[in-house]
Amino acid sequence: MSAISARPSHAAQPSGSAFILKKALISAAVALVLFSLMIGVRTEAGPQGGLIYWTRFGDLAALVGTVFGGSIIIELLRQWWGPVDKEHIVPKPVQAAMSFAGRWLAPALLVFAFLVPVIFYNQRYILDLSILVLTYVMLGWGLNVVVGLAGLLDLGYVAFYAVGAYSYALLATNFGLSFWVCLPLAGILAAFWGVLLGFPVLRLRGDYLAIVTLAFGEIIRLVIINWQSLTGGPNGVSGIPRPTLFGIPLDNSDDGLAARLGIDFSPTHRIVFLFYLILAMALLTNWVTIRLRRLPIGRAWEALREDEVACRALGINVTTTKLTAFATGAMFGGFAGAFFATRQGFISPESFTFQESALVLAIVVLGGMGSQLGVALAALTMIGGFELFRGFDQYRMLVFGIAMVLLMIWRPRGLIGHRAPTVFLERNQAISSDLVKEGHG
Amino acid sequence: MSATAATTPLLAVRGVRAAYGKIEALKGVDIEINRGEIVALIGANGAGKSTLMMTIFGRPRARAGRIEFDGNDITGVPTHEIARLRIAQSPEGRRIFPRMSVAENLQMGADATECSEAEREAGLERVFALFPRLKERVAQRGGTLSGGEQQMLAIGRALMSRPRLLMLDEPSLGLAPLIARQIFDAIRTLNRQDGLTVLIVEQNANHALKLAHRGYVMVNGLITLAGTGAELLQRPEIRAAYLEGGRRG
Ligand SMILES: Nc1ncnc2c1ncn2[C@@H]1O[C@H](COP(=O)(O)OP(=O)(O)OP(=O)(O)O)[C@@H](O)[C@H]1O
Ligand SMILES: [Mg+2]
Repeated sequence: MSAISARPSHAAQPSGSAFILKKALISAAVALVLFSLMIGVRTEAGPQGGLIYWTRFGDLAALVGTVFGGSIIIELLRQWWGPVDKEHIVPKPVQAAMSFAGRWLAPALLVFAFLVPVIFYNQRYILDLSILVLTYVMLGWGLNVVVGLAGLLDLGYVAFYAVGAYSYALLATNFGLSFWVCLPLAGILAAFWGVLLGFPVLRLRGDYLAIVTLAFGEIIRLVIINWQSLTGGPNGVSGIPRPTLFGIPLDNSDDGLAARLGIDFSPTHRIVFLFYLILAMALLTNWVTIRLRRLPIGRAWEALREDEVACRALGINVTTTKLTAFATGAMFGGFAGAFFATRQGFISPESFTFQESALVLAIVVLGGMGSQLGVALAALTMIGGFELFRGFDQYRMLVFGIAMVLLMIWRPRGLIGHRAPTVFLERNQAISSDLVKEGHG
Repeated sequence: MSATAATTPLLAVRGVRAAYGKIEALKGVDIEINRGEIVALIGANGAGKSTLMMTIFGRPRARAGRIEFDGNDITGVPTHEIARLRIAQSPEGRRIFPRMSVAENLQMGADATECSEAEREAGLERVFALFPRLKERVAQRGGTLSGGEQQMLAIGRALMSRPRLLMLDEPSLGLAPLIARQIFDAIRTLNRQDGLTVLIVEQNANHALKLAHRGYVMVNGLITLAGTGAELLQRPEIRAAYLEGGRRG
C-alpha cells in the first residue's frame, strides 16, 4: 500500500534550487528563533545573587549558518539518493555484489565473532568492547521481538534488563545461588514483569503505549532507588559473584580452572569465558526468535504489527499474542541483565536509565525493525562508533546524531529494511521472492 | 448428523442488539442461515451490516438476544474461539497484511484453526484453483497486489481455515465490474461445489441478490424485509432504494 502511494507523491515533490533555498531559509529561521534564547543570550546568577547576562551573537550566527548549510546539503543528498525503495538507482552489478555480500555477511560475522578471543587474546580493551557490543546485540534482539516483530513501541525495555540484573545480584548475594540457577530465574522474573506491564497496555498503541512503557521503565528504576532495604538504593549491590564454568571458578585459587588444567592463571580466561557466554546467550536469543517467527505465534506477532483489526477478524487471540511478545522480549532482557550483573560484579540504578532504553531502541530501529542481521550490525556500529569517538568526547554526540540523520535519510527503513518471508510454498520460491523484492517491491 | 441438526439453521441470530458506547447499531436483529445457502444482507451505509457480521464473530458483543451456530449458543464465546468453530470472515476493506507475502497471508488463515499438513495443502489447492492469479503471485508482498487481487487474497485467507460459514463484507467494494463478477462467480462455485454456506454483505444489491438464495434488507439496525433473492429484486421499494437510484451492478 504505502509503497504504491509513496511513488506519485515523490514524483510530485518539488526539487528545484528555489525549493531547496526556501527550505533551508525556513530551517534557518526556526533555528534563529530557537537558539536566540538558548545560545544568543546567556544568563547566570551573579555573585550578589542578581541575574547577569551576556550575549553570544557570534556563536548564534555560526549555528544558524550551520543549519542553513546543513539543510541544503541534506536536501541535495536526499534528491541524489532518493527515498529508500530506490534499489533502481543502484547499478545492477553493485546490486549483485550487495546481494552476494548479504548472503555471506551473516555467516562471516558469526565466524569472526567466534574467532575474536583468539585474534585479540592480548587486547583486553577489544575483548571488553566486544562483550559490550554483544550485550547490546542481545538486548537489541530481545527488544526486536516486541518492537520489530509485534510492532509494540516499548520505551521502557531497560526495566527488564534491571529486573534481570537485580534478580541475579540479590539471589546470588542473599541466598548464594549460582549463576546457572539464577539465569533462568532472572529470565522468568523479567518475563513475569513483562506480562505485568503487558496487561495495562493491552488496549494502547503507538504514542500512548510508548508513554506508558517509558513510565514503567522509570517506575522500576525509582523503586530500585527507594527500596533501600532490599536493593541498597543508590549504592547498588556489590560483591556479585562471578560466573563459574559449571561450578569451577575462573580464578587463581587452588580449585580454579587454571589450576585444574595445570596452566598459568590469567585474568583473560575470565574475559574470554564471559565473551563466549554472552555470544552463546545472544545466539540462543537469535535462534529462538528465528524459530518463533516460523511458528503460528511468531506469525501472529508480525500480523499484529501489520493490522490488529485483521488479526481479530482471523480469530487470533490478540491478548495472548501481545502478552507473549512482551514476555518473550522481557525474558531475553532479563537474561542480558543477569549477564551484566555477573560481568560487572556491581550494579546500581545508574546503569538502568532511560538512555539505555533509547540506545537499544535506536539499535532496533536503525537495524531495520525486525531484521536480526540488521540489529546486530546496528549494535556493532553504534557501540563501536561510540567507542571510536571516545577521544572527542564533546563531539561524540554530534557525530552520532549526524550519522543517524544521514542514515535515516539514506535508508529510512533501517540498515536492512527487507523482511524475509517465513512461509514457502515451493522450493524455487526463495529465488522468485528475491526478484519481487528487487523488482516490484 | 442427528435429525435436529438437519432442521436447525446453521446460524440463527435472534433479537440481537449491539451498541458502540451509547450508539445502538443493532436494535433487535433476526436472521437465519441454512446449510448450503448463500444469504445476502443489503442496506444503506451505516445500517449496521458490518456490525452484525462482527457481532456474530463476537466483537462487539451482543447486549441482548442470542446467536446460535449449529444449534449451540455462541453469544458469549470469545472471538478466537468462534474462529475455532470454523466461522470465517473477510472483513470490510479486505485488510490483508501488506508486508507479508501472499503465501504468508494464506498461512495466517490456516493458523486460525488447527489443521494438518494435508489439510493445509488441500486448502491451498482450493484457493489457487479458485483464484489462479494468487498462485502466480505467492511470493509477492500483499500490499503490492491490485485491489481485486487483494480481495481474492482476503477471501482465500478466510477459506484457508476451512470454514463451515463464510462471511464476506462487501467483497466487490471498489472493484471493476469484470473483477467483481469473477469474485461473485468464485463465491457461487464454492457454494455449488463444496456446499459452502455464505453470508454476503453487499452494496451491490443487484449482483448480491441474483447470487443469493435469500436476502435480508437492513435499515437503521433492524431487518425490514426478507425473502428470496428473486423476490427482493422485484420489490418496488428495493428497486427504488438500492437499484435504480443507487449503484448498479
Ligand atoms: N467502532 C465504532 N465505534 C462507534 N460507532 C461505530 C463503530 N463502527 C460502526 N459504528 C456505527 O455503527 C453504525 C453501523 O455501522 P456499520 O459499519 O455496521 O454500518 P454498515 O451497514 O456496514 O455501513 P457501510 O455500508 O457503510 O459499511 C454506524 O452508525 C456507525 O457510525
Ligand atoms: Mg460496512
